[in-house]
Amino acid sequence: MNLNPSARLWSTASVAVALLIALPVLVVLGFVLVPSGDTWRHLAATVLPDYVANSLLLMLGVALGTLIGGVGTAWLTSMCQFPGRGFFEWALLLPMAMPAYIIAYTYTGLLDFAGPVQTNLRALTSWGYGDYWFPEVRSLPGAALMLSLVLFPYVYLLTRAAFLSQSLCVLDVSRTLGNGPWRTFFRVALPLARPAIVAGLSLALMETLADYGTVQYFGVSTFTTGIFRTWYGLNSAAGAAQLSALLLGFVLVLITIERSSRRQARYHHTTQRHQAIRRHRLVGWWAAGAVTFCLIPLLFGFLIPAGQLAVWAATIGRTAIDGDFLRLVANSLELAALASLLALLFSLLLAYGKRLYPTRSVEGAVRLAGLGYAVPGTVIAIGVIIPFAWIDNSLDAWMRARFGISTGLLLSGTLTALLFAYLVRFLAVALQTVESGLSKVKPSMDEAGRSLGLAPGQVLARVHLPMLKGSLLTALLLVFVDVLKELPATLILRPFNFNTLAVRAFELASDERLADSAPAALTIVLAGLAPVILLSRSITQSRHADPA
Amino acid sequence: MTLSTLCPPSFGPLTRLAGLAALLIALPLQGQAADEVNVYSSRQEDLIKPLLDRFTEQTGIKVNLVTGKDDALLQRLQSEGINSPADLLMTADAGRLYRAKTAGSTQGVSSEALTMAIPSTYRDPEGHWFGLTLRARPILYVKGKIDPASLSTYEALADPAFKGKICIRSSDNIYNQSMVASMIAADGAEAAETWAKGLVANLARPPKGGDRDQIKAAAAGECDIAVANTYYLAGMLASEDAADRSAAGVIGVFWPNQEGRGAHVNVSGAAVTAGAKNKETAIRLIEFLASPESQQWYAEANGEYPVREGVQVSPALAAWGTFKADPLNLEQLGELNADAVRLMDRAGWR
Repeated sequence: MNLNPSARLWSTASVAVALLIALPVLVVLGFVLVPSGDTWRHLAATVLPDYVANSLLLMLGVALGTLIGGVGTAWLTSMCQFPGRGFFEWALLLPMAMPAYIIAYTYTGLLDFAGPVQTNLRALTSWGYGDYWFPEVRSLPGAALMLSLVLFPYVYLLTRAAFLSQSLCVLDVSRTLGNGPWRTFFRVALPLARPAIVAGLSLALMETLADYGTVQYFGVSTFTTGIFRTWYGLNSAAGAAQLSALLLGFVLVLITIERSSRRQARYHHTTQRHQAIRRHRLVGWWAAGAVTFCLIPLLFGFLIPAGQLAVWAATIGRTAIDGDFLRLVANSLELAALASLLALLFSLLLAYGKRLYPTRSVEGAVRLAGLGYAVPGTVIAIGVIIPFAWIDNSLDAWMRARFGISTGLLLSGTLTALLFAYLVRFLAVALQTVESGLSKVKPSMDEAGRSLGLAPGQVLARVHLPMLKGSLLTALLLVFVDVLKELPATLILRPFNFNTLAVRAFELASDERLADSAPAALTIVLAGLAPVILLSRSITQSRHADPA
Repeated sequence: MTLSTLCPPSFGPLTRLAGLAALLIALPLQGQAADEVNVYSSRQEDLIKPLLDRFTEQTGIKVNLVTGKDDALLQRLQSEGINSPADLLMTADAGRLYRAKTAGSTQGVSSEALTMAIPSTYRDPEGHWFGLTLRARPILYVKGKIDPASLSTYEALADPAFKGKICIRSSDNIYNQSMVASMIAADGAEAAETWAKGLVANLARPPKGGDRDQIKAAAAGECDIAVANTYYLAGMLASEDAADRSAAGVIGVFWPNQEGRGAHVNVSGAAVTAGAKNKETAIRLIEFLASPESQQWYAEANGEYPVREGVQVSPALAAWGTFKADPLNLEQLGELNADAVRLMDRAGWR
């Protein structure tokens, strides 16, 4: 590709921004260089095999759960007609608004030996402890299920968008070649939707690797619980960094497998023609089956836990919605809005930089910037605190020596630090979405724009942005909902007297006061509803707006 | 300065956004004025805010608060160093106070009021930290199923007689780490490890959930004995949920090792930070928290024991009787913490 100066500037800016975003992860990894004594040997001899096995099994479980749930529902709602389809279309996104640790606490409260379900069962049957088998929710399969329930919407969302934007001609060709709906699904639609499915799946798996709240509460030892235990319990930052490095190794392997397996393929559309989808009309048992298939994840991922939260919130009644509570809501919404806008801007810069100048250094830097999504929030927070405090203190020392004034802490303990941490943590979400959107735009469009004398920025503004509207909105809303739920980084980095809904919900829930935490938890869910519904509408509409 | 002072809600969303923008570019958050004190606390807002508000009412000193998880707050304090806005660090266990001290994040202060109020076991000899409430970790049992006469010490929980009867949470938790550290101090590392293996063999189920979950499991019949901090039991007894109250009702409290070193206790406490700009007000706040009235409220609010002698405990706590507490210097809990974790790793205590 022939590079003009503005493209070079763009790519340099991308690398610089990507490295800045990757800084906290790199800072933590830097601790690998600190001698760790015999910590590693101790870990390897005792708990490390458990960490590896449990993390892998958890990922496997979540992969299965989110693929079956996400791809299946995406196909049904976009290609088939059955009662309630229009409702499921948006309702299936609702579990996304549910923080994983909240759903974990809720189901434990419901299904535990001492919970209402088992207690009623014993009252009905006069069984006692040990007389019957009941699935244990606080276990590895339980954790995989909890995470699948709240993460499958990522796969659903991206896959459904891909199904909707598939050229109908391709599907029609498949049918005229005599393929039935099943064969068309498995042979044509599914392979075509692969980049989207993999993008959704990798988001779900990275979120799984970063999860701390659920696995910790369920007593499942994974990398994340191990990192904290090693860092603080064994007082070994180096050992924790070695574990983090191994964790990121997992992510890199995942990404590499995915890239190499689709190296040859191109997924952008070549036709401009789109027709309204003719959905398969399902009747009788088929329709009932489709409704059931869509209802199950919605029921268990949203309706039951939200209902339980509502019941708890009602019993707490006295925690009225007062001014303090409204301030929590406002704080949460403002942070989420700002962070999602920033994430969108940065992801556009990076994704476009990579498209303009797809060299190893740009691609590598962009990939590095996305790693934060697989790293637990607390680790990111510490990776932000250390360099920010170092900058602040160095500047302060210099100003004192030079001018005799103290500048104190300029960055540490401000919302800037917090927003930066959100970017580090969630940029991957926006990036994946924007990249997958861009990948569907034919390169010939760029070339046409450029040959008409437009600079890269102008091509982006005049050609790509209008075509990407759907993807951009998706990226914006995904980050918005994620920030709304984010806890560990918010907890550590926020300024004085600044609270959010997630902080309030967690403080009470972690003290095992589930009922008291319900109003805040429920509000997170409610606040997440509006963007989720918007999201769904935008996808349906983008089907008509996006030229392919 | 906070968002709320910047822009009262009546000013509307635009003003709020402007205020937020102002917060983004560093505002001098740390007030230099003598009428403020900045607190980093791993004690939850719920458990200290009412007291802090009362302090403000009585003295006119404004308290700015960040709550968070202990270890990460310590890291923040340590990284911010001498420029940290925090004047006071409050944590929920002595091990972390010790860690803050060894990291150079605290300073020694002297206050006669505090020396008088707090027994020497529960404060740092050089005044780096002061315990404010006691958190006891006794053995809990199901009344009617376990004869308290069959219980004696923590050590005895490894006895095969208790096979399949015991519930305890994960060794990830600092309470268990501290408890095992106290056993290393008392019995030696080797004996403590043998004990931990015996305890793991006696567990009714793999460790999961928090302390309340162990109590609930015992009440439901999954196990007969649980090891948990008393304030969780107190919280369940005072709960609005009838199921919690009835579960807690069947549980008895047994104070172990009364013939020997006494029951394991930890403290929640406070330390003046190394870079405190409002050192005097920070000391005033600790003194306020150690005063008899605060002690009574502070301990009662979370079902803990006051650190100050002669302060009345709540009726629920009084019903469990008095006990002899392990007089171990609490700094040792911090020193031995890593050893305790390794030992539990080897014992297979999840």
